Amino acid sequence: MLTTIRVNGVDHDVDVDPRTSLLDLLREGLDLKGTKKGCDHGQCGACTVLVNGVRINACLSLAVMHDGDAVVTVEGLASGELLHPVQQAFLTEDAFQCGYCTPGQICSAVGLLAEVAAGQPSEATADLDGPVTLTDAEIRERMSGNICRCSAYPQILAAVRRAAGAAA
Amino acid sequence: MSTVRDWAAPNPVTENRSGLIGKPVDRYEGRLKVTGTAPYAYEVETPAPPLFGHIVSSTLARGRIASVDISAAEAAPGVVRVWTHLNVPAQAARGTRLNPRSQRASNPALESDRVEHYGQSVAFVLADTPENARAAGGLVRITYEAESADLDFLSSLDQAGPAPGEEDARIGDFEAGYTASEVTVDATWFSPLQNHAQMEPCATTAWWEGDKVVVHTSIQMVKGGQHALAETLGVPSDRVRLFTRYIGGGFGGKGQSYDDLTLAALGARETGRPVRVAYTRQQMFQATIHRPAVQMRVRLGADRSGRLNAMALEAVTHCARNAPFVEHAANFARNLYAAPNRLTGHRLVRLDIPHAGAMRAPGEAPGMLSLECAMDELAETLGLDPIELRIRNEPEVDPDNAKPFSVRQLVRCMQEGAQQFGWERRNPVPGAVREGRWYVGMGMATAIRGNFLLPAKAGLRLTGDGVATLTQGMTDIGTGTYTILAQITGETLGLTLDQVRVELGDSDMPPAPGSGGQFGAATAGSAAYETGMVMRRRLAELAAGDPRSPLYGEDPTLMDFANGNIVLGNRSESLAALAARAGPEGVYVEGGISPAADARDWSQHTYGAQFAEVGVDSVTGEVRLRRMFGVFAAGRILNAKLAKSQITGGMIWGVGAALTESNPVDPRYGSFLHQDLGGYLAPVHADIVNLDAVLLDEADDKANPMGIKGVGELGICGAGAAIANAVYNACGVRLRDYPLTPDKVLAALEAKGL
Repeated sequence: MLTTIRVNGVDHDVDVDPRTSLLDLLREGLDLKGTKKGCDHGQCGACTVLVNGVRINACLSLAVMHDGDAVVTVEGLASGELLHPVQQAFLTEDAFQCGYCTPGQICSAVGLLAEVAAGQPSEATADLDGPVTLTDAEIRERMSGNICRCSAYPQILAAVRRAAGAAA
Repeated sequence: MSTVRDWAAPNPVTENRSGLIGKPVDRYEGRLKVTGTAPYAYEVETPAPPLFGHIVSSTLARGRIASVDISAAEAAPGVVRVWTHLNVPAQAARGTRLNPRSQRASNPALESDRVEHYGQSVAFVLADTPENARAAGGLVRITYEAESADLDFLSSLDQAGPAPGEEDARIGDFEAGYTASEVTVDATWFSPLQNHAQMEPCATTAWWEGDKVVVHTSIQMVKGGQHALAETLGVPSDRVRLFTRYIGGGFGGKGQSYDDLTLAALGARETGRPVRVAYTRQQMFQATIHRPAVQMRVRLGADRSGRLNAMALEAVTHCARNAPFVEHAANFARNLYAAPNRLTGHRLVRLDIPHAGAMRAPGEAPGMLSLECAMDELAETLGLDPIELRIRNEPEVDPDNAKPFSVRQLVRCMQEGAQQFGWERRNPVPGAVREGRWYVGMGMATAIRGNFLLPAKAGLRLTGDGVATLTQGMTDIGTGTYTILAQITGETLGLTLDQVRVELGDSDMPPAPGSGGQFGAATAGSAAYETGMVMRRRLAELAAGDPRSPLYGEDPTLMDFANGNIVLGNRSESLAALAARAGPEGVYVEGGISPAADARDWSQHTYGAQFAEVGVDSVTGEVRLRRMFGVFAAGRILNAKLAKSQITGGMIWGVGAALTESNPVDPRYGSFLHQDLGGYLAPVHADIVNLDAVLLDEADDKANPMGIKGVGELGICGAGAAIANAVYNACGVRLRDYPLTPDKVLAALEAKGL
């Protein structure tokens, strides 16, 4: 099926198999292998990307559903040699080991910061009507869809905090 | 052969004049990983458009394939090949070792009609797209003739037999000592089957260049994978070039190759096209290895002052019927506490289930979940603080073999941990601290894990741009190998980190044993250090023998290396200039490390103390971690930041083992109950609160020339036991059946009338 999709600022007109997930389109069709396949079932978060600014699991979404959408992957975050603040924070805090979940963690953290800035509450938010404070509990709750088997969780928390500070 | 005395002399790493050793520098390959540009095995660029393989797995535990119909799959769109045992290309028979020096024997895929476990490969499809391959895989029709299968561990305990080639370790007379003891503990713990659940499923990309196959695969041991594939294909190992540059987690589960490697290589050979093959997440659970279930009976006998008189840890574990493996859950107990009468050993139950194998800290990880809780029970019976009980049983020499300890800071770990954690605030009365609906408690346990050095080599090239490039057939599974090898090489040669490159994971490079058993940093790092020293001698000799060098004619043994220069007195020359004069290729040397002849004259381990505070929900039975802290001693630390990541990562594995991780075998099919990450519960962010670790200053001059030891597995050891002890302190129920899930906790609370 003919689909037009904007990925990292570049428009692609692609003829995709209707069975192809957004994840497989990115990895196989567009050769953007930074987005990882950990489970293909929406359970690990390694494939997290931003679609129109919102984080989703790319494995749980068919490519043909994204006609006209703008997707940002881990390859689209840095500005040339300058890393995105979240990427730099992950590097500084050693918020990864094997690195396989890392692109998903980073995209998820970028999405998280935008959600909090927009005042979207989570399970960990006490006041559903007021502004959202970026507590440690908020970060842990909102990052819990991204599994890190190397278990860099304390460092990921520190990285998200550091990036939030850099963005503020 | 060197002795440990040779290692004790000061050297560039132990002197650490540039300060690179221990420095918490960022991960060498970190920029690639945070930008998504580190290519994992499935992702490497291929010389031509690839085909995609899909493996079809058995749905039977034991029996034979009765019939096969691949006609629909072969007729499906885009399909290039469909193989079963009836038409797969010839491979060497299982276990063949044409080259007696091969580290691994032949490991053929789809080898026969026999099915030995659920999830075994039974068919393979190659197609033009992943979607077509997978869809065609679903069209392969296979019928089975089932045979009776032994699937359930606990109901098969009466079939337990001796572990092959092993005898119980007996010192003194355990039975007599135990019977004569004033105070005893006798209890049995159960640690369930667990899965590695590495984030990257096993995968291979393969293509052929003439009669040589190039494979990129996700494996912890370069030579093991190369040799296994060469033996399976029936070719000399130099016809297999294996790369494994980035690995998305291993934890022991990628210590061997699987059918993705074999089938990708065969598929690429038969089609003349590159081939990519990856296991699905569901397949990973049963097509690769797992940590087996372990039942552990601990008996402790002590006098009223708390001195152990008798200690036994008897473990029963399982393995696949034709793939022997022993989870050595009792071994650590041989070296931990003093007791004159000792018994440790293992029994094995053979089941018709997927293969058991090594998973992070094999032995200690489940084993310490028993003894360290038994010690907690003994401490309570005696009315002693758990730390004091352990101090009273601190041995002078290794209680297993009377060898002196190379260095043992276990007591200091416990004491510093107690102070920093606030152990004195622990109320020793169980159930005494309540915060609303939560019971709150603290627990501690010790950690011990062996230290090992294996033979390894490395290559080092210095080029005219002043850059030193270390090459080694070693792996970095997230442990930090790239980074620490750069630090060691920089410190040895007096270079900055931007003057050092590290290239790993190529079977053409000088071999190293790979990542596993917590031996990686010490082994690969020592080889890098020795190779750096070879380079120093070569460069000094070059300078001394070259009239164009300011150091010409001087004694090469007096020359030093600093700031990118070779130096003697007030004369110096840059390494770049030396290398440039040596020719366009610069200077290349190789070196290596071997265990010292007398290294095993000392008892060498890494140690730690784990502390946990938990809340137990009186309503739901849920256990929540509130705080966790560990103090560890593991030799000289090469990179404070990365070492701590390793240690805290291990501690979090302990949280999983204590609270969530378990995979029961389905007694109907021989499959695992959980075949995805929604069912198999590895810890997530929300599970981990306020967790930290400290590494003590230490150098172990019996370990290797740098005095370093491993940290990759130490963190998991004892971590779960500290949590289980905290659960007891919180609510007063002893649960010995891991993981401590809400259903078990709630039932125990209710049984206690709480």
